[in-house]
Amino acid sequence: MANDDIWILGINMTKFGKHPDKDVVDLASEAALAALADGGVTIKEMGVLAAGNLMGAAAGIGQQLQKQIGQTGIPVFNVANACATGATALRTVIMAIKAGECDMGLAVGVEKLSGAGMLGAGFGVAASDEWTPSGRYGAVSGFEGKLGTDMMPGVFAQVGMEYLHQHPYDGADFELFAGISAKNHFNSTMNPLAAIQKDMSVEQIMAEPMIAYPNTRAMCSANSDGAAAAVVVSGAKLRTLPKEQQKRAVKVSASVLTSDPYQEACQILPDVNTLTRVAAKQAYELAGVGPDDLDLVELHDCFATAELVHYDNLMLCSEGNAVDFFLSGATTRDGKTPVNVSGGLESKGHPIAATGIANIWEICYHLRGEAGPRQIEGAKVGLAHVIGLGSACGVHILEKSGL
Amino acid sequence: MAQQIPMVDYLVLGDSPHLVANECTDCGAKFFDRRNACASCGGTSFKKTDIATEGEIRSFTIVTAFMPGADNYVPVVVDLGGTSVRGQLINAPAEAANIALGQKVRLTTYSIGADTAGTEAINYGFEPVN
Repeated sequence: MANDDIWILGINMTKFGKHPDKDVVDLASEAALAALADGGVTIKEMGVLAAGNLMGAAAGIGQQLQKQIGQTGIPVFNVANACATGATALRTVIMAIKAGECDMGLAVGVEKLSGAGMLGAGFGVAASDEWTPSGRYGAVSGFEGKLGTDMMPGVFAQVGMEYLHQHPYDGADFELFAGISAKNHFNSTMNPLAAIQKDMSVEQIMAEPMIAYPNTRAMCSANSDGAAAAVVVSGAKLRTLPKEQQKRAVKVSASVLTSDPYQEACQILPDVNTLTRVAAKQAYELAGVGPDDLDLVELHDCFATAELVHYDNLMLCSEGNAVDFFLSGATTRDGKTPVNVSGGLESKGHPIAATGIANIWEICYHLRGEAGPRQIEGAKVGLAHVIGLGSACGVHILEKSGL
Repeated sequence: MAQQIPMVDYLVLGDSPHLVANECTDCGAKFFDRRNACASCGGTSFKKTDIATEGEIRSFTIVTAFMPGADNYVPVVVDLGGTSVRGQLINAPAEAANIALGQKVRLTTYSIGADTAGTEAINYGFEPVN
């Protein structure tokens, strides 16, 4: 029998940043054991494990983790879905529980990325003494620097600039995007788990080394190490657990994963918009809530230029009005729809496979009323969004327990 | 004249260099890579279609080159008569103050060097139309 009622019972993220003395198994174990302890359960009660480690996708992080924290024989799904890997792990566990295969499961995402440099340098072509066409474009040389860029800072810079072409803005684009980054860096000062905790002014951000206009270094997500894990439980099982666990559980009102439907130009510049909008629309319908009901949003600000377009894609503002929405102050901690109160990927860090669960951890932290100095008072409903290029988009809507 | 080879097989050289797309004969979606089927409608029949050589900048960035001696470069997405293509802005300063969204550009070609057999590889780029 399928269960429609899905809850997060326990959840944890490690500190993001540099962990030179820990490998991916150490970090995954730390997050997984802490998530189990947070939920008041053990690995023996888990019926399924889904795990992701994008940079080591062939190594089977799920089984490596089991060998440290418990080889219980349960099915393991090792998942890889670009920056949406963590959300995909969570989605996989949710699907198993919804399908009635088990009533509890564990999702884990982990990455070691500090010092990795810029990601995404594209279409390599083998060196040869003679020009030799190869690959699907019959290219005689790599594309990078000859036919644009596949490095993430430049790709997402173009995503943001394209929005300003479609919805012209009279002001200074560089300053606008730096302002988004300044908001997130300010928020990070309240998050001890962030890789970088440094309040930066718009001027300071603009004075940082330019990576890909208009993204300076401070406007790019920090490559860091980290892990996050979540214990998922069916509503039926949750209701058999002690009252205290029921109260701290967070309801998953919507769990959606999309890929990008074909659009003109989507194979020229990744279209991160359509699949996000489709995912958000599905999530709002499933949850029976609208953007105005959200008390906080953690969205995928892999670059400052990306945050802007997702205000629109997640329908936090009216269509085409993301710039005015941001300039109104709506997305600050005290605004109408606080966005990335964790500091966002620009300061919290972006250990790829961990990100999609870590942003859900942030929402849970507030919905449980446990967020201390950075608590969004009275938070009842939150949305977590990630996107991985290729593309995959995960949107989860979470609600405070009424149990 | 030395022998030439295009940087990519969707660049047609000659007297009037231009790009050519694989157009789905069912839905009209255009692709620049080798196709197995159409990502828009699933059709498997394609024809070659010449793409306009003038258009406007839909988006751009300026990538900072950190390798010593390398120049910053300007990736652009250009709308060529309703078909978007990727490339770089050339023959113009790589400075944000000199690049505008919506700016008119045209396709041009240049050599990226010769191989040991003396064959020159020719790439395309976009230059401002004044």
